[in-house]
Amino acid sequence: MVDVMKDRRTDFGPPHYERFLPPIIKENYGKWKYHEVLKPGVMVHVSETDAKLYTIRAASGRLISIDKIRMFCDLADKYCDGFFRFTSRHNVEFLLSKKDNVNPLIEDLKEMGHPIGGIGNSITSIVHTQGWVHCHSAATDASGVVKCVMDDLIEYFTEMKLPGKLRIALACCLNMCGAVHCSDIAILGIHRRPPKIDHSRLRKMCEIPNTVASCPTAAIRPATVDGNPSVEVIEENCMFCANCFTVCPSMPLNDPLNDGISIWVGGKVSNARHEPMFSKLAIPFIPNNPPRWPEVTTAIRNIVELWAKNARKYERLGEWIERIGWPRFFKMTGIEFQKEHIDDFKHAGLTYKRSTHLTF
Amino acid sequence: MADLPNTPLLDELEKGPWPSFVKEIKMAAKRNPMGADLLGQLEQSYREKIGHWKHGGIVGVFGYGGGVIGRYSDLPEKYPNISHFHTMRINQPAGWFYTSEALRKICDIWEKRGSGLTNMHGSTGDIILLGTKTDELEPVFSDLQKIDFDIGGSGSDLRTPSCCCGMARCEWACYDTMALTYDLTMHYQDELHRPAFPYKFKFKMSGCPNDCVASIARSDMSIIGNWRDEIQIDQDAVGEYADKGMDIQSDVISNCPGKCMEWDGKELHIDNSYCVHCMHCINVMSKALRPGKDRGATILIGSKAPIIEGAFLSSVLFPFIKIESPYDKIKDTVDKIWDIWSEEGKNRERVGEFIQRVGLGNFLDAIEVEPVAEMVAHPRENPYVFYEEFYEEDDGEEEEEG
Repeated sequence: MVDVMKDRRTDFGPPHYERFLPPIIKENYGKWKYHEVLKPGVMVHVSETDAKLYTIRAASGRLISIDKIRMFCDLADKYCDGFFRFTSRHNVEFLLSKKDNVNPLIEDLKEMGHPIGGIGNSITSIVHTQGWVHCHSAATDASGVVKCVMDDLIEYFTEMKLPGKLRIALACCLNMCGAVHCSDIAILGIHRRPPKIDHSRLRKMCEIPNTVASCPTAAIRPATVDGNPSVEVIEENCMFCANCFTVCPSMPLNDPLNDGISIWVGGKVSNARHEPMFSKLAIPFIPNNPPRWPEVTTAIRNIVELWAKNARKYERLGEWIERIGWPRFFKMTGIEFQKEHIDDFKHAGLTYKRSTHLTF
Repeated sequence: MADLPNTPLLDELEKGPWPSFVKEIKMAAKRNPMGADLLGQLEQSYREKIGHWKHGGIVGVFGYGGGVIGRYSDLPEKYPNISHFHTMRINQPAGWFYTSEALRKICDIWEKRGSGLTNMHGSTGDIILLGTKTDELEPVFSDLQKIDFDIGGSGSDLRTPSCCCGMARCEWACYDTMALTYDLTMHYQDELHRPAFPYKFKFKMSGCPNDCVASIARSDMSIIGNWRDEIQIDQDAVGEYADKGMDIQSDVISNCPGKCMEWDGKELHIDNSYCVHCMHCINVMSKALRPGKDRGATILIGSKAPIIEGAFLSSVLFPFIKIESPYDKIKDTVDKIWDIWSEEGKNRERVGEFIQRVGLGNFLDAIEVEPVAEMVAHPRENPYVFYEEFYEEDDGEEEEEG
């Protein structure tokens, strides 16, 4: 320990971003005038100084090895003086001041297995979480489902043939590390059975008052089990949020038979046209079916293609559904409307239809 | 190098056009036995449809209360190389810009001291170093500090602030997102590294209302660039869009939520007093239209994912403020919010939930902000008003005397 504590400092923060900006960006910082999408995955930003910056966006899997990062580094050294960046949706972006380097770099990226696209009216990479690769509360895998969905929808990443943008996100449980709740399509891992209490460990691992207080529906109460203090769950009040599990490791909800995926649609975060919206429940449950989750990819393709075929130009999925109405969405998609679609949490009444504005 | 385990299910995910995370794990497995055990355990998860990670465990580096997520396999005898497999969150440079030189140094450290697997990046924005043993945590930190990379947030603390690329590569940035992100990150190092809040707190900086970092959906304080004067119009460039086939009426005007635009075939007119700053017209005619010159940001508060009280979007706190260093107004407000929330907030209660519990009006009183009509979609619909001011019988007389 002595060695690592030598000259140790803390709270020095991240390196200043200016150290990582290419000269063309430093020179034109705050001076960009407009941009154009030249082709899928390629755009040019033009400055008031007439400087032109070419961006190439490529898919990346989020879970990447140091070998891959080094390959990206090699490409950056070869084509753009060692500078590159990542986007908020896990894509990798190369920033070029030399237009002649655009096509060779694209070829190299494709050769490496990284498709080019995700700009403009397309589907970009799926924001997602850790899943079975690295999380204790996952109700499904994350990277695997994302891989399957994007393998299936690849044409919408590499081409710009959609009415508007479509943003997909995946969270492997309701904690939503991926904050998927305002996505055009959200893929959400869900549990469907109450926690299985490990009474012998709970006593040692959990604070009972905290555990009781963690339940949003007051379904957990203190109980004495085999003479020891523990908790009990009123199962009919449990809505499987797993907040208790986060607070108390002795209350796992994982259940291979009943865990799976729900699909939510029509959310957005951008303020363009319509205000930001939450995603709404489309499909309450699809069982986990690894390794390729075919029911999930089919369900998503169905929704994407109906929207692509019927939406007006620029209309996001949620804007389209709002125009045609939810009954028609269910009719067109063939998704059965069920009890689970009706909200029964706080303020649920605000989601009931409270007018005669209906189509027949 | 250890032999790779037999993984028929995962091997299916090496096929297809999208980049394969299985190939990435296999690449890492060539240099580190952690990768092979990770593949083995993950294959078992795919077979059994259940995860095999234990819940938590407190680990960290000296002097920090967050930034390291303890992770242990629940099958340590079968997969000994991932019996510990902790995550380290490393504070990314603002805007996620890098040099190959800096990233190679991180790769070298992670080759020597970890699994060689990463997330670029985690949802909050950090560089995620995925999988190392408890003994390596201090040495990793020691190596990282030599190349000026510090740890990010986790637990009930300020989470690593993040932002869009802003003025670095976007003509729509209404303020310098990267400068503000860096400044707040440095100013609040203690809050970032030592959990002392009721629950997590996130800042996200977006340069314009397109909100590329989803600030309005997933940050306790959303700082979204905006302008308050007129959209800049280049009429010739508008004409060029029309000449090239854009139907200005249907593509632009009829999509305007403020219904504040007109096009007579020659000139575009905007009644800016009714513009709601949605960005649609600017998005589709980026050569012709630009945000105004009087730029700043709208500050919103309280968004979060569903746990516990349901998902919230942020709501308006300041309709418009200028964003200029040293950002005193933001910091003063943040300090007041943290004071009242730390004092009165319940365990695991986000700021948005706290506001809903105590009422936005009371919250505004506590942080000394005057209510304005921009804060609500509409005034209340119910008559259950907690009136705090009322007359007493002799009020009038006293006033006359005074």
